[in-house]
Amino acid sequence: MAVKVIIPTPLRPYAGKQDSAEVKAGTVGEALTNLTTQFGDLRKHLFTDDGKLRNFVNVYVNDEDIRYLARENTPTKDGDTISIVPSIAGGCNHFRHFEPSEKSF
Amino acid sequence: MATTTQTQTAAKPAAGLSKEEILRYSRHLIMPEVGMEGQLKLKNAKVLLIGTGGLGAPLGLYLAAAGVGKLGLVDFDVVDFTNLQRQVTFGSSDVGKPKSQAARARLSNLNPDIQIESFETQLTSANALELFKDFDIIVDGTDNFPTRYLVNDACILLGKPNVYGSIFRFEGQVTVFGMPDGPCYRCLYPEPPPPGLVPSCAEGGVLGVLPGIVGSIQAMETIKLILGNGENLIGRLLLFDALGMKFRELKLRKNPNCPMCGTNRTIHKLIDYYEFCGVRGEEAPVPNLQVPEITPRELKSRLDRGDDLFILDVREPHEFQICNLKGHLIPLGELPRRVHELDSSREIIAHCRSGKRSAEAVDFLRKAGFRKILNLKGGILAWSDEVDPSVPKY
Repeated sequence: MAVKVIIPTPLRPYAGKQDSAEVKAGTVGEALTNLTTQFGDLRKHLFTDDGKLRNFVNVYVNDEDIRYLARENTPTKDGDTISIVPSIAGGCNHFRHFEPSEKSF
Repeated sequence: MATTTQTQTAAKPAAGLSKEEILRYSRHLIMPEVGMEGQLKLKNAKVLLIGTGGLGAPLGLYLAAAGVGKLGLVDFDVVDFTNLQRQVTFGSSDVGKPKSQAARARLSNLNPDIQIESFETQLTSANALELFKDFDIIVDGTDNFPTRYLVNDACILLGKPNVYGSIFRFEGQVTVFGMPDGPCYRCLYPEPPPPGLVPSCAEGGVLGVLPGIVGSIQAMETIKLILGNGENLIGRLLLFDALGMKFRELKLRKNPNCPMCGTNRTIHKLIDYYEFCGVRGEEAPVPNLQVPEITPRELKSRLDRGDDLFILDVREPHEFQICNLKGHLIPLGELPRRVHELDSSREIIAHCRSGKRSAEAVDFLRKAGFRKILNLKGGILAWSDEVDPSVPKY
């Protein structure tokens, strides 16, 4: 299934500056895996070390929050749009955060 | 808490409009959607603006223009020269003045008939409930997570609507929290981002007009709530992408298990929001890296002496164009894969704008084995202050 993933401004630097990407996926989980395979830098900004979606990032299929659907198992079909919506608050950019153990910026 | 009240008004709701008010608001009155009844609702409304900055500017201006009878302005900050790029309530002559007072003066000039109260204070768990209780609607125009959670919780505890707007560079979000059957901020984001935020030097910045648009939408939603017409953004998250010029809408559901507004509330009072967000102190502290430093004056002496120094600039290309020390530019994010461009046998002085990013660079390079490397303390800003004032600051 070809789905479009909309990439929010704070994450565009880690996705080749693109505002969206086309991925093939049957579920939201597959779509995000394919996206982070395509853009490796995106992985640590979307997921924790143990593979969970970061809790200040919400994901929607079309206009529905996946927390009210089947989370990462939410099925996707051709033409669906997945939106990644992080919490924002003007001054600060939390995506510049890095763990002390990580050595990449 | 420092408060100043412009005029004393009677506690009774206004029953009518004066001749001047009828003329001032004539463009409202001739619309059936507003009319005399609607304008009276506006006159009797009391709205509290948290923040008088980028979002607060259009909010204050349009709510004052619309005739909202009482406006409260909460901001403890002073007007900075760099604010003028987007905080359009202020003028050049306001630089250095407390924002809440400068905004009050501007809005009073726009509309002398309304009551404007400025609160030059930091909003905290100790004062929020007291501050909010005399207002009908709270509008969140703040720029940090602890305050957003504080505003949310105080509104839910008091049963007051919270018109939320937030921005980041080219994007904005708007919705209305705090309505009886609607969601709250914790329904959308149960937890804040992690602590240890790096200040947004290169990746920050904001297109000045963006909060103008988002704040205006917040003003529109506030006016509609007062008038009770139209459809509000309750349970709807409006997303704005300024670059693509696209508005999108997502469903924002009330979380039945929300600890604040759900059926089984577990939060009954305001908490320590800085602790909740993992931040101690005023702003998010940057871990202060202990790296060897050189001051701008020391650097100048050594350059004048003819020392062979390699200047490494870790800022972004667009910053280099503003001003530079003719250094070798490797943006911080690219340093790991461009480290081969550096010669570890040479003495390297790393600099950025204020000294924070370059401290990270020095730390990284020392761990990579570089021994002759120093951080320029205070960055190019300090160089401008102490050595060469002709270098522009930004």
